[in-house]
Amino acid sequence: MQRFIAKRALQSLLAIWVMSLIVFTLVRVTGNPLDVMLPLEAGPEDYARVSKHWGLDQPVYVQYAIFLGKAVQGDFGNSWKWHGHSAMGLVWQRLPATLQLAGFALLVSVVIALPVGVLSAVMKGTVWDTVAKVIALLGQSLPAFWLGIVLMWIFAVNLGWFPTSGRGGIQYMILPAITLGWFQVAAIMRLVRSSMLEVLDSEFVKLSRIKGLAEWKVVWKHCLRNAAIAPLTFFAIIAGVLMTGSVVTESVFSWPGTGLLVVDAVRARDFQVVQAVVIVFAGIFILTNLLVDILYAYLDPRIRYQ
Amino acid sequence: MSRRIGDVILEVDDLHTYCFTSYGVVKAVDGVSFSLRQGETLGIVGESGSGKTMTALSLLRLAPRPTARIVKGSIRLGGEELLTKSEREMRAIRGRRISMILQDPQTSLNPVFTIGNQLIEAIKIHHPDGHRSLVRRAIDGLKQVRVAAPERRVADYPHQISGGMKQRVVGAIAISCEPRVLIADEPTTSLDVTIQAQYLRLLREIQQATNLGLIFITHDFGIVAKMCDRVMVMYAGRAVETGSVRDIFNRPSHPYTQALLNSVPSMDDDIARLYSIAGQPPTLWDLPEGCRFAPRCPHADDRCRHEYPRAFSVGEGHTADCWRLEKEWTPRPFSASTG
Ligand SMILES: Nc1ncnc2c1ncn2[C@@H]1O[C@H](COP(=O)(O)OP(=O)(O)OP(=O)(O)O)[C@@H](O)[C@H]1O
Ligand code: SF4
Ligand SMILES: [Mg+2]
Repeated sequence: MQRFIAKRALQSLLAIWVMSLIVFTLVRVTGNPLDVMLPLEAGPEDYARVSKHWGLDQPVYVQYAIFLGKAVQGDFGNSWKWHGHSAMGLVWQRLPATLQLAGFALLVSVVIALPVGVLSAVMKGTVWDTVAKVIALLGQSLPAFWLGIVLMWIFAVNLGWFPTSGRGGIQYMILPAITLGWFQVAAIMRLVRSSMLEVLDSEFVKLSRIKGLAEWKVVWKHCLRNAAIAPLTFFAIIAGVLMTGSVVTESVFSWPGTGLLVVDAVRARDFQVVQAVVIVFAGIFILTNLLVDILYAYLDPRIRYQ
Repeated sequence: MSRRIGDVILEVDDLHTYCFTSYGVVKAVDGVSFSLRQGETLGIVGESGSGKTMTALSLLRLAPRPTARIVKGSIRLGGEELLTKSEREMRAIRGRRISMILQDPQTSLNPVFTIGNQLIEAIKIHHPDGHRSLVRRAIDGLKQVRVAAPERRVADYPHQISGGMKQRVVGAIAISCEPRVLIADEPTTSLDVTIQAQYLRLLREIQQATNLGLIFITHDFGIVAKMCDRVMVMYAGRAVETGSVRDIFNRPSHPYTQALLNSVPSMDDDIARLYSIAGQPPTLWDLPEGCRFAPRCPHADDRCRHEYPRAFSVGEGHTADCWRLEKEWTPRPFSASTG
């Protein structure tokens, strides 16, 4: 188990390094940040001066070496847009809001999707199952920005039940969390349903019925744990979807998280901040994957004892 | 201890279990009657798809829902009718009074729980008790099926033990609450010959020790000869011939039984002879009108093709459904045959 974790940790570091290379290159293809930073009337000497100040006159590989050298110490440079703030400082400042929203969205979606998925498998072919299928279909075909705007229009603007934007008590979280979690509800539900159906058909389920075990115990003890193994892989993906989803959702609801931050940073060509956000997102994504692998091993003894 | 064949413990009468599918009604079990005595072993033989497993699951009222339903018949266990029992009453009967070993031992154990956990669960349903005494009973149960070092095995997961061992554990679970009737559904097909022989011996020992009624489902007439007292031959959802092992082997009366016996490789021959039966069993949602075996039967005539044969008694406790027997034998007085 220790070796397994050590190996996975090493792979994770490698993945983050590759990620840094990609994001470093990508932000530089989007255009010259000085075009945004400097006023329109700025002349070539202004360009040269600011370029030198930020180290943008160096060859790209030197820039990358400097970036990497500082990044391993957690220093992603200073923001160009938000003067006086370090890029990492901004990310840390905004991250709790994003994690709060994503965590809440995940919680809500699991709490809804798991029982619905299990029940629609158990009651396969009934009205209940059909209703669940329709919800799943809607969930996977509605784009998040559209859903966000519609929810806001109905429940915040017209009915006035929830605030339209910003961060505050739980009432501020409901609409963004539904927007962010909706897709997950549908996906988790479908996965749970299909793996549940498979498990319900297995011989060990028949044996537990032959023993005289009550049906609810057959479902929730014998099936669920087996059925949870397959969808678990998906949780690693969900971590990614939630983070990319936060960009859209936070923009719609002006939720002051890293998603909103990165949108503003991209508009301002604030490389430093974009790089910091992407690396932190990648880090979170990889960490979630690692946790999922460990959870896997916990749920499935066949992996634990390899 | 020696085996003693006692009173009738299980009586099945005119059992019909149908599967209601989108392509039609599959008559998986279509009028099967038999009885089982304590200490007796009844073999059920027949080709794949003839309804053996469905018959067995019906006895536990566990035919796969919602597709399969018992539509008609009677199942009496120790004189009590099972078909009118509530689901809760059935749960108290399953495992405790009638139990079953499934076809595939490799997948009969839940991969995410230890063997001890699954065995203890079975005992606890019918004998709630403190954890320590349950563990002790579980270990005793494993000893009974000859699992070595049972104290250590209880903490193992199914993937950590061999196929033969899994089979024993499944056996231990099935008999953990001392059922009076045990159904073994082709318990040895996935095992190699030596382990198979050991397992059969073990089943016999368990039967001798507890005097339970055993229903043994198999394809293999060799095993029938070794294990069983009586045999029921199934074809397309019907029991076409029933009799003592000796009668069935010496005087097979239904052409299907004769064909099956002919297809058994004989041990005495240098070259194993294997006649396979020509043709396919009928599809169960589109059965022929008359005798179900007629399309494959060498003796089929016009009447066979239009009228299902009655059951004829061809000897003491030996009956077969075939028109050819009409000339020589009188019909069984309480014929249960339908079209
Ligand atoms: N869930 C189901 N839905 C529809 N038909 C079914 C279902 N389960 C079984 N059947 C049908 O019922 C018939 C009897 O099946 P059963 O499993 O009892 O056969 P069997 O004699 O045990 O065969 P085998 O030797 O292969 O185990 C088969 O023809 C099968 O197609
Ligand atoms: S009834 Fe006719 S077709 Fe059926 S087994 Fe007998 S002889 Fe063959
Ligand atoms: Mg079968």
